[in-house]
Amino acid sequence: MSDIGMLNTVKAAEDPVRRVLDGPRGARPKRTFSRTNIFLYGTLIVVALYYLLPLYVMLVTSVKGMPEIRAGNVFAPPLEITFQPWVKAWAEACTGVNCEGLSRGFWNSVRILIPSVLLSISIALVSGYTLSKWKFKGSEVFFTILIVGAFIPYQVMLYPIVIILRDVGNFLGVQLFGSLTGLVLVHSVFGMPILTLLFRNYFASIPEELFKAARVDGAGFWGILFRIMLPMSLPILVVAIILQVTGIWNDFLFGVVYTRADSYPMTVQLNNIVNSVQGIKEYNVNMAATLLTGLVPLFVYFVSGKLFVRGIAAGAVKG
Amino acid sequence: MAIAEDAGARAAPREQTVRRPNRLLRNLWPKFALLPMIATAVVVFLGGTLWTVVYSFTSSGLLPRRNWVGLDQYDRLWSTTKWIVSIQNLALYGVFSLVFTLVIGFTLAALLDRKVRGEDVFRTIFLYPFALSFIVTGLVWQWILNPDFGIQGVVREWGWESFTFNPLNDPDIVMFGLLIAGLWQGTGLIMCIMLAGLRGIDDDIWKATRVDGIPTWKTYVQVIIPMMRPVFVTAVVLIASGIIKLYDLVVAQTSGGPGISSEVPAKYVMVSMFGAQNLGQGFAASTMMLLSVVIILIPWAYLEFGGRRRV
Repeated sequence: MSDIGMLNTVKAAEDPVRRVLDGPRGARPKRTFSRTNIFLYGTLIVVALYYLLPLYVMLVTSVKGMPEIRAGNVFAPPLEITFQPWVKAWAEACTGVNCEGLSRGFWNSVRILIPSVLLSISIALVSGYTLSKWKFKGSEVFFTILIVGAFIPYQVMLYPIVIILRDVGNFLGVQLFGSLTGLVLVHSVFGMPILTLLFRNYFASIPEELFKAARVDGAGFWGILFRIMLPMSLPILVVAIILQVTGIWNDFLFGVVYTRADSYPMTVQLNNIVNSVQGIKEYNVNMAATLLTGLVPLFVYFVSGKLFVRGIAAGAVKG
Repeated sequence: MAIAEDAGARAAPREQTVRRPNRLLRNLWPKFALLPMIATAVVVFLGGTLWTVVYSFTSSGLLPRRNWVGLDQYDRLWSTTKWIVSIQNLALYGVFSLVFTLVIGFTLAALLDRKVRGEDVFRTIFLYPFALSFIVTGLVWQWILNPDFGIQGVVREWGWESFTFNPLNDPDIVMFGLLIAGLWQGTGLIMCIMLAGLRGIDDDIWKATRVDGIPTWKTYVQVIIPMMRPVFVTAVVLIASGIIKLYDLVVAQTSGGPGISSEVPAKYVMVSMFGAQNLGQGFAASTMMLLSVVIILIPWAYLEFGGRRRV
């Protein structure tokens, strides 16, 4: 494996004279500053800096005072570090008449996130298990509809869901449309295609013999799920959790449609704070608020590392 | 349908044919457990979509009503400047986004695949924007592209006084302002998919081309990329479905402005349905979005299944 890489970067056969001048040749000849390497690492570092730039800008802007921002530019490092913008973004920033800061949106998001993640993953886990181990006539047809449905633009289904939530809510005597409960249901519905696919493929890879042995021993539908499948599905559960936590936290569209002003999730409130037309623009507070909203998914991303990549790779298989 | 599973399920009852219960009632739990999924698939996805398409032929305003007006909503839609601008914007954004995401994603993946040291670090950096929401992305880039303090301001500070780069306030190039942010957010994902594809290519291929003395870049263009066709197809479908959904980024970064110069179809739908109380227009516009997805999906399905049959 590594030999090929070395062959390519060093290109020893190309220039015999230089090869001799290099001195003794071991198994892994290294020339750190070859032209290819400089080009390769140079490009990667420049691109990496570009990708890091917005994070840097958010961070430095959020710890500058307004006078300093007006005097300088977005890239200048802070001369004087102040955490006032963070405090203000969290506790005092205004959306319209309401000046409670982002904290309200944060807690709304948490209240949406936890039940949504639990519910969507539970449903998808059971569905994926059924679709892989307990197929019945027609089950694949419904699954196909679900997967095709994942490609339909959300806008097409927004209004029918409003009606469903309102009617079901009226029928049950609870408020679904405009409440956090309704939004939790919506997240569970739209998380279903990808999560079900994820679990279905995972359970399908578990040997059939294991399943049959459990059947012979008298385990039923739920027994096999809880005692055999669930203990084996920790890795895929983590992937699903990562996928859902970042996805639901970052959602804007469903939050804006299915909740009311006092139950807006963090992303919606953030947008309302930053893009509000009233008052003077406080860029440092705006950037602190933006960074605050990004912290949860960033934390998940940096902690989960390779599992995040696995999650999106699984998601990429079928969109 | 899996044959192995059928055999397994039928082996047991065959031995005890005497008390074969009702077929529908047998294994009731699986059917029960799949109810939420079936309801979602049939009621929300299938039913909801049909409902919207059907009601796009009505004159629904504040509330959905069933007075049929044929294609009137579509006529109005296509004679509305805002919709035409939205479509043009999306087409412009879409073409550039597709091309640049593929090129940048593939290039980064190819660079990382050169046995780079610290690959994990680079990959982590390229992918982190994907973890952020479009709202956060849009707001950061709105700030970086700020004419007074952002890129334009910095270059002017350096002494190039006439330098102008103010995409968010210039109707002609506002879509490129969005594109910069969109690419920053989305290229990492495509890079990851491309990297997975590159890793799937047999080392023998590389050895063979090297023995033949084919230069690296030529190997990529003539051997590797054609071999990665399925990966590219996946990437194109992903990018394309992302482009059609483009909404949050616009709301956060430009709110459709200046004027209507960065409006997009998804936003048109949202404003018609929930802002202007013009449901019929919203339904018609979202049906057009659906149509465009179908147009993208059918060739893809054909490629996928056609390709599989050949193999």
